[in-house]
Amino acid sequence: MNAVEIKNIVKKYSKKKSSVTAVNNISFTVEEGELFGLLGPDGAGKSTIFRILTTLLLPDSGSATVLNYDIIKDWKEIRNIVGYMPGRFSLYQDLTVEENLEFFATVFNTTIQENYELVADIYKQLEPFKHRRAGKLSGGMKQKLALSCALIHKPKILFLDEPTTGVDPVSRKEFWEMLIRLKKQGISILVSTPYMDEANLCDRVALMQSGRILEIDTPQNIVNRFEKNLLAVRSGNMFNLLNDLRSIPQIESCFAFGDNHHVVIDETDFNSEDLKKYLISNGHSDISISSIEPTIEDCFMQLMKK
Amino acid sequence: MRALKFLLKKEFIQIFRNKLILRMIFVVPVVQLIILPLAVNYEIRNINLSVVDLDHSEYSRKLLDKVTSTGYFQLTDFSDTYKKALKAVEEDKADLIITIPQGFERDLIRDSKAKIMIVANAISGQTAGLAVTYSNSIIREFNNEIRTEWIQMPRMNARPVIEITNSNWFNPAMNYKFYFVPGILALLVTIVGFLLTSLNIVKEKEAGTIEQLNVTPIRKYQFILGKLIPFWILGLVILTIGFFVSYIVYGIVPAGSYLLIYLFAAVYLIALLGFGLFTSTFAETQQQAMFISYFCMMIFILLGGLFAPIENMPDWAQALTYINPVSYFIEVMRMIVLKGSGFIELLKHFGIIVLFAISFNALAIWNYKKTT
Repeated sequence: MNAVEIKNIVKKYSKKKSSVTAVNNISFTVEEGELFGLLGPDGAGKSTIFRILTTLLLPDSGSATVLNYDIIKDWKEIRNIVGYMPGRFSLYQDLTVEENLEFFATVFNTTIQENYELVADIYKQLEPFKHRRAGKLSGGMKQKLALSCALIHKPKILFLDEPTTGVDPVSRKEFWEMLIRLKKQGISILVSTPYMDEANLCDRVALMQSGRILEIDTPQNIVNRFEKNLLAVRSGNMFNLLNDLRSIPQIESCFAFGDNHHVVIDETDFNSEDLKKYLISNGHSDISISSIEPTIEDCFMQLMKK
Repeated sequence: MRALKFLLKKEFIQIFRNKLILRMIFVVPVVQLIILPLAVNYEIRNINLSVVDLDHSEYSRKLLDKVTSTGYFQLTDFSDTYKKALKAVEEDKADLIITIPQGFERDLIRDSKAKIMIVANAISGQTAGLAVTYSNSIIREFNNEIRTEWIQMPRMNARPVIEITNSNWFNPAMNYKFYFVPGILALLVTIVGFLLTSLNIVKEKEAGTIEQLNVTPIRKYQFILGKLIPFWILGLVILTIGFFVSYIVYGIVPAGSYLLIYLFAAVYLIALLGFGLFTSTFAETQQQAMFISYFCMMIFILLGGLFAPIENMPDWAQALTYINPVSYFIEVMRMIVLKGSGFIELLKHFGIIVLFAISFNALAIWNYKKTT
């Protein structure tokens, strides 16, 4: 049994004359107990997939199942077994932390005590603030509370739509540590994120753009498939450097990447020595060029170009 | 049913936590009931009067004395031509001009009839109408007086005079507060029932919490009931506060039974909550809901018969009041509070409001889609 099975799902949003295809013929499966990541920029169609799988939205065509329950026929069953955390914070801001958790426990006909074990790790961090209203929590705390609420009824599968967007790096790290612990307890997790560094923590990822899936594989395999030469280049004038690099015909692509510019070289007869000479002749100083291993972001940039 | 209990609990926590709204819910009825009936006075006193007396006779003086001694009019301008009097109206110094033509007394004695002209400033139609009515009745009285005076003189063939006296049934002292307060009470219940419900549901949409609830096993009807019941209770609480205030401040005790009022209010609130729910299905934000509700409320209230009697409205507007639930509630309130009507007399109103309740709620549920 697969946790999620999506076949040829299409969803268009039409507004008067124009229509946008949010999800364009997407198929993929998430295995049970897997931590599956949906990666892609804004507007890639990630949230639409979540809304279809949580029975909030009907697809225009195609079929999907969640733990063998059909999203159209068996929506009632699905709502009992999934935990959903929407991209936007959607808990009651005027209720306290404890009241929110209690409310979501009771609507699923359970209590906090019954499933406390599952949320204990997360909730312990929230407990000092349990009488604070949810609206007054910090961003990271809000996400932890939302995750607790999504977990309190012991769901078999978690749908997390960009849970770490707008959250500080420390909280993000903690959040992912929780996800990995939850995975160990046998909960299947489908998570979307715009942060490429989080992709490495997933078992498998799907790279999405404009409603299509560019690639699905383990992060390692995706990185391994990157065959081109990748260089990290730095100089005294980073802005001019980017323009100069992009004007070199042998360079396939060049992106600003933290402190460096990542450069993909197309032809093998052009090496870093040639590049250095060219840059010096263009008036750059303090040049440093090093060959590096690609990251998932490099792969994604490369795939998006195709 | 268990889920409903928790939904209600949540709703009440939220209502009681929102201090501003809570205060408004309790302060608004008290303030409105105390201030509005005192401010909205249907009697008009101190109408500014301009007099053009071209006759300067005994009778013209008598007539003017009579007019000014009633207390309704205040002589603010005394012009020698009609033109000048008109100027006084333009300058807002006068609301009503009484012109007594030259030869008024002569005509009156010789021909037994004379003409005078009354001109009212109709910028405010209500003031003008009342001013004309008042002055007409004063002049009629004056007319009767001279007539009896003259008739008594020969003492031969005394003509019978019919004296008309009237009594205001159900409100003998014509205390307009008795008439106004029940109407305001009806409006208060309407505002709470309608406005707060629609805003509250839209708030869940705005916050995205409705989405979160939709992914839970909570059913559509549970969610709706969870929203309607608190405001139904709140509406009845407001009604109770309202009756309490009107007893303390105005000493108003319904002539009919409280039970019947509450029974009607209970059904009325169901209709109104359904309408609130219906509007909330259109609005995506509280701002939109606010505008839709405000628009509907204005029409409901203006065509409700509280500020302008329905009987005075043009036919098309009267037809509109048939589909205005507020007008039924105001009428029922007056019938029970002033007249002491019983259930049998109100059967028609009950039937109509039950129909409203059913149709509004059916519309709302039909339009409120939880799935898809």
